[in-house]
Formats: sequence, structure tokens, C-alpha cells
Amino acid sequence: MPIEYYLIVAAILFSIGVLGVLTRRNAIIVFLCIELMLNAVNLTLVAFSNHVQNLDGQVFVFFVMIVAAAEVAVGLALIVAIFRQKETVYVDEINLMKW
Amino acid sequence: MNGFEFDWIAIAPFLILSVLGFAVVVLGISFPKMYRGTLGTIVLVGFAVAFLASLQSWDDARLAFGGMITADKFSSAFSCIFILGATLTIGLSINQVEEKYLLYSDYFALVVFATAGMTLMASGTNLLTLFLGLETLSIALYVLAGFRRSNEFALEASFKYFLLGAFASGFLLYGIALIYGITGSTDLTKISAYVSSEGILGSKMFFAGFLLLLVGFGFKISVFPFHLWAPDVYQGAPTPISAFMATGSKAAGFAALMRFMIAMQSTTQSGWQDIIWVIAAATMILGNVIALRQSNVKRMLAYSSIAHAGYILIGVLAGNTIGSSGIIFYLLTYTFMNIGAFGVISYLSTAEHEFITLSDFRGLASSRPFAAIAMAAFMFSLAGIPPLAGFMAKFYLFSAGVKAGYVWLVIIAVVTSMISLYYYLGLVVQMFMRDKEADVAATAPLQPAVMIAISIAMLAILILGIFPSRWVSLFQDLARSLM
Repeated sequence: MPIEYYLIVAAILFSIGVLGVLTRRNAIIVFLCIELMLNAVNLTLVAFSNHVQNLDGQVFVFFVMIVAAAEVAVGLALIVAIFRQKETVYVDEINLMKW
Repeated sequence: MNGFEFDWIAIAPFLILSVLGFAVVVLGISFPKMYRGTLGTIVLVGFAVAFLASLQSWDDARLAFGGMITADKFSSAFSCIFILGATLTIGLSINQVEEKYLLYSDYFALVVFATAGMTLMASGTNLLTLFLGLETLSIALYVLAGFRRSNEFALEASFKYFLLGAFASGFLLYGIALIYGITGSTDLTKISAYVSSEGILGSKMFFAGFLLLLVGFGFKISVFPFHLWAPDVYQGAPTPISAFMATGSKAAGFAALMRFMIAMQSTTQSGWQDIIWVIAAATMILGNVIALRQSNVKRMLAYSSIAHAGYILIGVLAGNTIGSSGIIFYLLTYTFMNIGAFGVISYLSTAEHEFITLSDFRGLASSRPFAAIAMAAFMFSLAGIPPLAGFMAKFYLFSAGVKAGYVWLVIIAVVTSMISLYYYLGLVVQMFMRDKEADVAATAPLQPAVMIAISIAMLAILILGIFPSRWVSLFQDLARSLM
């Protein structure tokens, strides 16, 4: 298959992720959308890695996964802490500070 | 990956800081009752060792790990700035930590890990190492920003920082992926070779990748339009950490951005200058104008730090030797004056009352002369009034801008920094020319470590302001070695 197919799928996934982050209210869904963006990047990297015939891209994917896992650990802990305090995880209700 | 050798000396500062971080965690678990001052001292000793290790690569440039790491004058200077900033941050934290945030050793460990991430960002010459450094730094800072877990502002700050930070690193990664796809490598020297043969607009996909990378870096250095997180996060984070983010994390962002931009420079007109021009102008105007109407000093400092990022972008744009040396000199002085200013806030705050509104500062000169004088010095320096270091720093950056032909941008910078005088001096007027309100007297106990840190910062801005030439010539050596 030509590489464009992979790139287009990845671009669509990335856009879905971006739109989700911008429009969803629930922090956990927003967080999932960010993960979707990262995985779209992973798909792009792997496709390009095959295309340019070197392994740098595939190695990069491992590092992206490690970082994503670390971010999940911190992010979910933060969401739990927020929920304990405010009893909500809707991002538009977490708005003490403006300007 | 030919010539892949393990050169431990090239990553010595990073290694020392990582080991130090783990050591602090282990010590904190093994001796939970250890006095926090002792732990702080251990961290400071570790920082001193890492500082010496990073100085050592000044004369002895080396490429390591298949070109992923470059230890040269650039990484050496930046690592020293980061370690100085982290040292002052620890100084500010030592007395507060125990009573205020009930912390354990993790606070120190996270500061150390964040510093390790910064040194990696300064020495990375591969998009992979830059990305890893950035994430090491960011993840530590997400946690530190929310360290006052019972405070709802802190949690909100941390949460916003986390979501926006992860969002921005998504863009950064997509940019890296696109650039990798076009050039076939994540190595900055190979990307640079591509840019000099094809130009930055040679391929639409490459240009898109370039813009996405700018989004990621722009978030880290908090320039318009990616600045929205900064005021909230600086307000909610513990004050020493706000100082650390405003200086160290911003300097690290600029280190990575400079490495990247130097790779993007080609002999042909490369097309990114206009974008940076607009971003710089908008950042300076917006930061300074919104800072005018802040009544919370921490938020005011946050907007001022956004404006300062705009000034520093002039140096990035100029791209000449004076510009690059000016950026490093600016970041060095900025580290001292900004940590100092946040330090005074943290010096005056108590667990019950955070000393952050403008009315808190009213009449401070009579009740707390040391704090008032120190704060005034930092404000004058931030505003750029001679003979303090802030003036010389601005002078070098602006003259670099003029020399590179960006006269209008420099005019905008000068006008906006005049606007900034209003809010910097407004605070000084509050402290020295207004009578204090009876019930908001500063009651914080004297904290020797914080006092020492503030005094060091004050001394540094005086020395850098009165004798800048020695430092500038050092940094110019550095800049010449980069070009």
C-alpha cells in the first residue's frame, strides 16, 4: 500500500483528537483525545520509518509510548485529586482563575 | 548509527542530577524523619558537583551517542544557568517546605529531575533527546505545580498546565514526525543539511512540521498565542516553583528553540522570520498591556515573564552572534531577577496568608525594609533601569535586533518596555509611598535560607549590571562557536 493511506488515517486520527480536546467537557475524555493524538503520531512515525527505510522512527515510537505512560500516571492522579476536592471532572467547572 | 560510543563525560551533568534525584527519593524513604534542611543541603552539594561537571565541557566540546548529545559551550552555559536557578529555588524552599506544604523528599527530587531534563534539552542535538528532555522537565513540573494539594488554586493550576502541556507536546510530536518523514532523520545536523539544500519551504509537509514544532516550543516559552496557561499556573503553584518555571523552564525552552533555529538557518531566505516577528511583537504588547491591570503580584509577574519571552525572541530572530550571546546573557540576568522577585513574595508569605496582592505590599518599606529594598531592586531591573543587569541585557538584545535590521520590532520592544515601567514602578510606589493598612502587616517569620537566596540574586544583578562586558565576551565566544 502507498504511504499516503497511512498518513491520511493518522492525520484523521490526529484531527479527531484535537477536536475532542477542544470540544469535550469531561477531563477523562479530553485526556483520551490527547492519547489519540499521540497514537496518531506513532502511526505516522512507523509509516515514515518504513518509507525512508531506517529504524529511527520506530525507536522514537517506543519513547513516545514511555512518555505517554508517564503522562497517564501523572494525569490520572491529578484528575482523582481534582475530583476529591471539587466533585467534578468537567473542565468548564474548573475555572477559579481568569485573566 | 555509526560511531555510537558511550561518552559518559558528555552527559555528566545529566547523570549526576539523575543519580542525585534517585538518591534523594531513597534517602527520603529510608529516613523519613530527616530534617528537611539536611536534605536540602545534600541537594545543594549535588548541584555544586553538577555545576562543576557542566563547566568542564566549556573548553572541551564533544559529540556523543551518535550525535544525539553535544556537550559544548552552549550546553555548558545553559546547564550552569539551570543549576543556578534550581539552587536558588531550593534556597527559597528550604524553610517553607516543612510548615507549608507538608512535603517529603519528593519535592526536592522533582526539582532535581526537572533540572536534569533541562540539561538534556540544552545538550540535545537530536529531536529525540530534545523531546525526552522536554518531557522529563514537564512531567516533573506538572506535579510540582500542584504540590499544595489541599489548595484548590494549586490543583486547578496543575491540571490546566498538564492538559495544555500534553496537548502541546502532541503538536510537537506530530511536527517531529513530519520532519522525520521528509528528511529521514531526527538528527539536527541532517535536518540542517536538508534545509540548506531545499529551503524550509521546499516541501509543504516539512513546513507544516516546522510550524507544529514552533507550537510545542512556543508553549514551553509561553509566547502568544500559547501563553494562556502561564498566569494561572504561576498563581497556583508554590511560589518557589513559579520562580523555577518562569526562569529555568523558560530558559530550557529557549535553549531547545535556539538549537532548532540554528539548524533551520540556511543561506537562502528561509521564511520563518515573519512568523517569529509577529509572535514576538504580539507577545510583547499583550504581556505588558495585560500586566497593567493585574492586582495579584504573582499574575503580574507571569504576564511580565510573557513579555520578557517576547524580548528574547528578538535575539532568536536576529540570529547573529550578538543576538545569541544576548539571549544567554538575558536568560542569566532574568533568572536572578525573577527568582528574586518571586523570592520576596515567598519570603513574606505565611501558611495562612499568601502575600500576593498589591495592597499587601502597601507600606512595606517601613515594616520590612530588607524585603522592600530587594523587591524594588528586582522591579527596577525587570523594568530595565540602569545600572541594574536588566538594562544591559535589554540593551544587548535590542542592539542585536537593530543590527539585523528589525528596527520596527525593536521600536515596539522599547515602547512596550516603557509601558511596563508603569506596573513595575507601581509596586515600588505601593511599598515606599503608601501607608500600610493596619491589619495586613507582614507577619512571616524571618527565613535565613530565603534571605540568603534573595541577597545572592540582588548581588548578581548588581555585578552583571555594572560589569557586564566580561560575561558578554564569554558568551560571544560561545555564539561564535555555534555559527
